[in-house]
Amino acid sequence: MAIVSMTVNGKAVTADIDPRTLLVQFLREHLRLTGTHVGCDTSQCGACVVHMNGAAVKACTTLALQADGAAVTTIEGLADGADLHPMQAAFREHHGLQCGYCTPGMIMTAVDMVNRLGGDLSEETIRAELEGNICRCTGYHNIVRAVETGAKAMAGGEPVRQAAE
Amino acid sequence: MTSTGIGAPVRRKEDQRFITGQGRYTDDLARPGQAHAAFVRSPYAHARIKSIDTSAAAAMPGVVAILTGDDLAADKIGGLICGWMIHSKDGTPMKAGPHPALAQGKVRYVGDQVAVVVAETLAQARDAAEAVEVDYEPLPAVVDTAKARGAGAVVHDEAPDNVVYEWHLGEKGATEAAFARAKHVTTLDITNNRLVPNPIETRAAIGEYDAGTGGYTLYTTSQNPHLARLVLSAFIGIAPEHQLRVIAPDVGGGFGSKIFIYAEETVCVWAAKKVGRPVKWTSDRTEAFLADAHGRDHVTRAQMAVDENGKIIGLRVHTVANLGAYLSTFSSSVPTYLYAPLLSGQYDIPAIYAEVDGVYTNTAPVDAYRGAGRPEATYVVERLVEVTARQLGMDPAKFRKKNYIKRFPHQTPVIMNYDIGDYAASLEKAMEIADVKGFGKRKRESAKRGKLRGMGYSSYIEACGIAPSQAVGSLGAGIGLWESAEVRVNPTGSIEVLTGSHSHGQGHETTFAQLVADRLGVPIETVNIVHGDTDKVQFGMGTYGSRSGAVGMSAISKAIDKVIAKGKKVAAYALEASEGDIEFEGGRFKVAGTDRSLAFGEVSLQAYIAHKFTGQDLEPGLKEGAFYDPTNFTFPAGVHICEVEIDPDTGVTRIDRFTAVDDFGVVINPMIVEGQVHGGIAQGVGQALMEGAIYDESGQLVTASYMDYQMPRAGDLPSFQVGMTSTPCPSNPLGIKGCGEAGAIAAPPAVMNAITDALGHEDIAMPATPRAVWHAVRRAAPAIAAE
Ligand code: FES
Ligand code: FES
Repeated sequence: MAIVSMTVNGKAVTADIDPRTLLVQFLREHLRLTGTHVGCDTSQCGACVVHMNGAAVKACTTLALQADGAAVTTIEGLADGADLHPMQAAFREHHGLQCGYCTPGMIMTAVDMVNRLGGDLSEETIRAELEGNICRCTGYHNIVRAVETGAKAMAGGEPVRQAAE
Repeated sequence: MTSTGIGAPVRRKEDQRFITGQGRYTDDLARPGQAHAAFVRSPYAHARIKSIDTSAAAAMPGVVAILTGDDLAADKIGGLICGWMIHSKDGTPMKAGPHPALAQGKVRYVGDQVAVVVAETLAQARDAAEAVEVDYEPLPAVVDTAKARGAGAVVHDEAPDNVVYEWHLGEKGATEAAFARAKHVTTLDITNNRLVPNPIETRAAIGEYDAGTGGYTLYTTSQNPHLARLVLSAFIGIAPEHQLRVIAPDVGGGFGSKIFIYAEETVCVWAAKKVGRPVKWTSDRTEAFLADAHGRDHVTRAQMAVDENGKIIGLRVHTVANLGAYLSTFSSSVPTYLYAPLLSGQYDIPAIYAEVDGVYTNTAPVDAYRGAGRPEATYVVERLVEVTARQLGMDPAKFRKKNYIKRFPHQTPVIMNYDIGDYAASLEKAMEIADVKGFGKRKRESAKRGKLRGMGYSSYIEACGIAPSQAVGSLGAGIGLWESAEVRVNPTGSIEVLTGSHSHGQGHETTFAQLVADRLGVPIETVNIVHGDTDKVQFGMGTYGSRSGAVGMSAISKAIDKVIAKGKKVAAYALEASEGDIEFEGGRFKVAGTDRSLAFGEVSLQAYIAHKFTGQDLEPGLKEGAFYDPTNFTFPAGVHICEVEIDPDTGVTRIDRFTAVDDFGVVINPMIVEGQVHGGIAQGVGQALMEGAIYDESGQLVTASYMDYQMPRAGDLPSFQVGMTSTPCPSNPLGIKGCGEAGAIAAPPAVMNAITDALGHEDIAMPATPRAVWHAVRRAAPAIAAE
C-alpha cells in the first residue's frame, strides 16, 4: 500500500492505496466522484479527462500516485456553486450531449483547449483537438457548436444565452 | 406553439445532471458490501472443455466464490433465449442450439463465458480469473459468413450444416416472370460489414439478494428493464417476476446492444444469492468488443429488373446472414422481418422475392444494431438503384423520381402498407440544400487539384413505431410491442409520468414533458418523467426501433385524454355544473358560456380532497394509465446526399458535404430530432468509411479495441446540413413517425454511391478505408457488368 495526497476540487485528500490504483479509480471509488467516466482500456476515448495542475490528462492512464501533490479538477469541480461554467452552459444550450457519458471528458477537454489556444477557435481546430475524445451519440456536430460558443464565453465575450427549459 | 410545447426546441431537463457530473450510471453505484465479478472467457473460437480446475484461483487473496456452468445447471438456471421464432420455407422451425450463461461442455466463440470469479475487489477478481485453469480441446472453427454452410466445423449439433433457417418472403413466381421480361437486369454482390455498436458506457450489472424478503434487485444497463425482468423470471428462472426488481438508471447509449438479456447480468443476479452479497460486474472495452452483440454481417446477391421505360419491375435478393455462435434475444428477426419487408424502399416495385439463410459461426452473437435490418435493406436497394441508373445512363435522381411511390396507402409485395409520404418533396429539398446544380463545377475544381469528387444519393424508408402486437405475433414474435404510460397528477397539480419507454440519450425527460405541458397547459418544470425501474413503473416494452415517440408518447397521450376526462367530472362537481358543460382549454376547466373556471391545480386538489363529491359515482384521485398498441408501423423516409473528395495518392476520402432531409411526421423537439439525425449519420459514415469487426481464420477478433476498430472522431466528419419535410403519420394520435435510426440507415449507401461515383466503378466494399480506396483507384475496369 502507498500513501497519496492531492487536492481534488479544492479539497485536500489523503489515502492509503494499492499502488496500482489508477487516478480514475481513485476519484470514482475512493472519493466517489463518479462524474469522471471510463469508456475504454486503451487511452482512446477521453471519457476520463480531468485537469491535473491545470492541464488535461486521461485519468485512466495516470496512476493516482502520479498525481501525488497535484491539484486535480474534475467535472464536479468546474461549476462555481450553482453557476455553471460557460462551457457546461454551452453544451446544454447547443445540445452537445445525448446520453451524457462522454460529456464530462468532452467538457474538460474543451476547457483545456480554450486555456491553451484561446477563445477564437475555428471548426477545424476544434475537430482536430477533439481527436482524443470519442462520442458515439452526437456525431460531434453540436459538440463543435458548443465548444465554439463556450470558448467565446470563456474568453470574456458573450455569456451563453440560456433558452427556456 | 408555446416556448415549451410541441414543436419547440426546448433545452433538455436531463442535461443539468450530466454536465455537472451528477449522472448516475450503473457503474457509478456502489451497493453496501458489494463484491466484484470477473469472467473467465474462452480464448478459443471453438473448443471442448475437458476440465476446469479452480483450486489455485480459489486460494488467491480476496476470492469469495468461483462458479461454473455446472453450478448453473445444478441450480436449474435456464439458458438465454431468442424471443422470435422464424420458420424456414419448408415450414420447419429454426434450429436453435442451447445458450447457457456459463459454458457447458463447449465454448463457441472467443469471449464465451466459462466461469465467474467473485472477489472482494475487482483487481483480485481479475487476478484470480487468470488463475482458473481450463483444459480445452480446440475444435475447427468457422467464421466466414459465406462459408458457414456445411463447413467442417459444426457450431451446434442441432444445426448440423450450421444453417439456422432458410427463410423467404415475397412472390417467387411473379418475380421470376418480371425478370424474364426485363429489358435490363442489374446484379450486385454486396457485403454488409460486421459492426460493433460501442456505446461509450460499457455494459454493467449489480445483482443483489435480500434474504429477508427473498427478493432480488438487478441494476443494469438496459434499454428495456421490464423485458429483462420477464426473461430472467419466466425463461431463465432466476426468481418469480414479482420478486425481481430491475433498475436501469442513467444509461450511456445503447444503439440496440442493450436490448438483449446477456449472460453477465444473469450470472450477477444469480450469484448474489449464492454469495450472499451484491455482485457487481462492469465490462471493460475489450470485453465489450468480444461479448456485446454485434450488428449487420450480411453477404448478399441482389438483382433489379427494369423494363424498356426505365421502370423497376422486379427485385430479387439472396442473403446469408451471420447470426454468430448463439441466437441472441432478437437476432433471428433482424435479417428476416426487420430486413426483407423494407426491400421495396421508396419504390413502386410490383414483384419482390427475398431468400435469407441465417447461419451459425464461431463469432459473437449478432443482433439488432441501430436500424437493425433496415440499414441492410436500404443498402441493397439504394446501391441497386444507383448502379441501375448509371448502367442505363440515366440521372440517378430522375431514375428515383420516376420509380417513387406516389399514391398512398401503398401495399408493397413484402408485407408493408405504407400509409403516407411525399418522397419527391424530400428529394427536391435535399438537392437544393446540397447544391446539386453546382456539383459539376466543384468536380472540375477538384480535378484541377488532382482530386476525385463524387456525389451519391440515398432515398431511404424505414418501418418504425414497432409495432402492432397482432402483426408481430403472427410473424413469430414472443411478445407484443405496445407501450404503457401512467400519468399521476399530484394534489398540488404537479405531475409524474411513468413510462415503459427508456431513455439512454434520447431526451425523453424533456420531450415527454413537452407533450404533457402542451396538452395539460402546465409549466414544464412541474412535469417529471419516471422510467427504468420495474418497481415504480407498470410493465412496458422499452426503447428501440424508434418507437418511443410514436408508441410511447401515444400511450402518454391516451392517458392524458383520460386525465382530462376525469378532470372534467371533478370540475363539474366543484363548479356545480353539469359535466357536459365543462371545457378544458389552456390549462383551465371552464363552464361553457360562463366566466366560471378552475385552474388545473385547483381541480387536482379537488380530486384528492373530494369534499364536493356526492355519492359513490366519482372516485377520488387523479391518476390514469393507458396501454397503446399501434395499428400500423410508421414510415419515416427521406433523402440523404453525400459528396466526397478522394485523394487518389493516399486513398483518403473526405466528406465534403452531407445533406439530410427527413420526413419524421410531427416533430416534438426539432433540436433533439436533429441531434438524432447527426448521431445516426455519424454511425452510418462510420460503417461506410472505417468500422469493421474482423475475425481472423482461427476466430480471433483482431479488432477488439479502439486502437484497432476505428470509431468516427470529430475530425472524420463535417458539419451536417439537415432539413425536414413533414407528412404527419395518420396511424397514431400525435402524427409522429420516429427519427432515431434514420441517419444510420440512410448514410452508408449515400457515402458509397458518392465514392463509386468518384471512382467510376462499383468494385469496392464497406468499409472504404484509405487502403481499400487506394487499391480501388488503381483498379480501373468496372468489375460489375450489366447482364
Ligand atoms: S477511459 Fe480514458 S481514454 Fe478511454
Ligand atoms: S453523448 Fe453519448 S457518448 Fe457522447
